[in-house]
Amino acid sequence: MGIDLPLLWALIIGFGLMMYVIMDGFDLGIGILSPFIARREDRDLMVNTVAPVWDGNETWLVLGGAAMLAAFPLAYSVLLTALYLPIITMLAGLIWRGVAFEFRFKADDAHKPFWDKAFAWGSYIAAFSQGVALGTFINGFTVVNGSYSGGGLDWLTPFSLFTGAGVLVAYAMLGATWLVMKTEGLLQATMRQLARRTVLLLLAVIAVVSLWTPANHPEVAARWFSFPNLLFFAPVPLLVAVAAAWIFVALGRGRQVSPFLLTLVLLFLGYSGLAISLWPNIIPPGISIWAAASPPQSMGFALVGALLIIPFILAYTAWSYYVFRGKVRAGEGYH
Amino acid sequence: MPSESALELARLQFGFTVSFHILFPAITIGLASYLAVLEGLWLWKKNPVYRELYHFWAGIFAVNFAMGVVSGLVMAYEFGTNWARFSAFAGGITGPLLAYEVLTAFFLEAGFLGVALFGWNKVGPGLHFFATLMVALGTLISTTWILASNSWMQTPQGYAIVNGRVVPVDWLKVIFNPSFPFRLAHMTIAAYLATALFVGASGAWHLLKGRDTPATRKMLSMALWMVLLVAPIQIMVGDAHGLNTLEHQPAKIAAIEGHWENVPGQPLPLLVFGIPDMQAEKTRFAVEVPRLGSIILTHSLRGTIPGLKEFPAADRPNSTILFWSFRVMAGLGMLMLMLGLWALLLRWRRSLYESRFFLRFVILMGPTGLIAMLAGWFTTEIGRQPWVVYGVLRTSDAVSFHTTLALSVSLLIFVVMYFAVFGTGISYMIRLVAQGPREEIGHPSTVEAGQTLRPARPLSAAPDDVNPIGQGS
Repeated sequence: MGIDLPLLWALIIGFGLMMYVIMDGFDLGIGILSPFIARREDRDLMVNTVAPVWDGNETWLVLGGAAMLAAFPLAYSVLLTALYLPIITMLAGLIWRGVAFEFRFKADDAHKPFWDKAFAWGSYIAAFSQGVALGTFINGFTVVNGSYSGGGLDWLTPFSLFTGAGVLVAYAMLGATWLVMKTEGLLQATMRQLARRTVLLLLAVIAVVSLWTPANHPEVAARWFSFPNLLFFAPVPLLVAVAAAWIFVALGRGRQVSPFLLTLVLLFLGYSGLAISLWPNIIPPGISIWAAASPPQSMGFALVGALLIIPFILAYTAWSYYVFRGKVRAGEGYH
Repeated sequence: MPSESALELARLQFGFTVSFHILFPAITIGLASYLAVLEGLWLWKKNPVYRELYHFWAGIFAVNFAMGVVSGLVMAYEFGTNWARFSAFAGGITGPLLAYEVLTAFFLEAGFLGVALFGWNKVGPGLHFFATLMVALGTLISTTWILASNSWMQTPQGYAIVNGRVVPVDWLKVIFNPSFPFRLAHMTIAAYLATALFVGASGAWHLLKGRDTPATRKMLSMALWMVLLVAPIQIMVGDAHGLNTLEHQPAKIAAIEGHWENVPGQPLPLLVFGIPDMQAEKTRFAVEVPRLGSIILTHSLRGTIPGLKEFPAADRPNSTILFWSFRVMAGLGMLMLMLGLWALLLRWRRSLYESRFFLRFVILMGPTGLIAMLAGWFTTEIGRQPWVVYGVLRTSDAVSFHTTLALSVSLLIFVVMYFAVFGTGISYMIRLVAQGPREEIGHPSTVEAGQTLRPARPLSAAPDDVNPIGQGS
């Protein structure tokens, strides 16, 4: 067998996770921003910009869970056990958000505020839980004999709480620039304002995580700051600074689409920084994708289905974004 | 080691969430096929009543599908959160099967659901019918993957254990394991029966309310034909499934029957009542029908089955629960059979739509399909205990290490959330049912009234003028 199945599956799951973060990121961002918007018509409009696509976005998360179980059962079991409460609160937040999303369209005026609040709360809880999970993942897990051996509250660290807040900021940024792209007039101007502040906050978050991680983890520091790695990796923080500055300028100049695309670049850079720090471990700090992989017969069998169906899903996703391109205006709801 | 109570809490939590979840896919499976039949009849007979019913049930299908997706999200993660050591041990087999299920559902939603729900006036009738058929087929393929995985846990084969974990050796053997065909047939038919009873009760409710239209009559009539046809088939499939279980999991059957030991030379009675006592190793207050146990379980006059005492105490499933969960399922099955026959009698007397007493009975029977299905799942899953992979991995060795506090908190979150969220969803579905089908003149589609020419999410197919909570429409 010439194919490195664990590598292939790591790429598929990594790609799926990134798709999820980007796409559900701006959905959740809209929920995170919604309490800051006073007019209900504006909130309806915000929700309408993602109405046709949000549930498809969430499906990447289901696929990620199933693919992880199929390809890396050890990682699936260790990570989900260690992250038990954050995962439960994330799922609760996502369910709450999803149902509120639908029912705020169907409810009468008396009940709309209730579903509005539910929508915002669900988004905050889901995003924060994901951030906590991310921070815990970076911190690593203790594993003995193939089982998680840490405590039930090990995820609760200052670092993971900070990354929880950090993911809120990142999603808010995605949401704000998405709305700059999809709306017009006053709402767009508000979002532009918000995005200009949020990008500074996001830059600060990225800087703090980038310093805190190597400070906490000598092995990560060794990876970044040894020679010649330093030369290869130096462009990443540089590009982050450039992208952030560019977003700031583009927002100031009234650009519509580029702030969102540049935010995607920014997140992608953060994602790759993370990959550089942790690769090839799927259970940091010490278990690699090869050590956690399921038997080749399992990976190969599942791969056939994944390779057949994922391109189809991507094509459909691209098509639905194409269909719903352009600005969304009030009263034009396609819910 | 996790404590006894942590194991029980983990089981309770998984049982609670999966029981809630299964209700939605069951109705999805049934309604998808029902929609395909309705559209086929519409294209064949051109009777507008079929189109009207299609659009009515498509809206309810959409809400139900959405709730299935949301509750399914939890399931994709709960194997890891609650059963980490099972996932690490058996993920090589259950993982790919689950992944195929998700991919199938994803493919179905991406490809055909949109056309089926929103494409009535946008694509040709042939293409639309094809999309509906594909949705129905997709739900059945999804069922197949999930039941292959579950059946493998019940009757595992086609694997080897290498370095303390399961390695698939022969995927065909894994998928087509001994209990799989029986379980697949039994579950699919259960979904059809549950849906027929639900649809029938909806029709009966409208008739009782005086909404006597061709559509409500057709709804009731089709559902009752289905019950008449399918209830006896289900009983026969259930019997075959039982014999298969007797062959592969005799302790489960002994527990279902509250049967502790054989009396030499005596045929097996059937206990119609009793309270099995696991400590005392006997069934109290037993009411027996002589010989009937032998006839049902061995299809002979004198045959016997192993008693529970033949199995070590640590390997016995809980007979107190199984005895009753099985009898709830089987008893409701008999009531369904009776319902179908009663309907036939009333058809013959031409009073199917008039007998108020009968219509009330149909409404009462509405939820029994789902109740029987849950009781059946309790029987087969609790009957697999103390194993999670039968004879291979014990449930107590499969559970994640969590404190009872963490499990209690998360269980509380799930219970509150599920009742709030899915309670609202179910009450919304019932409001949609109560609204009834709308008569269509010309060729409008209720689904698309007031919508732009763009695809949307499943729930968009439900009308907006029905309130999920509060005063209703």
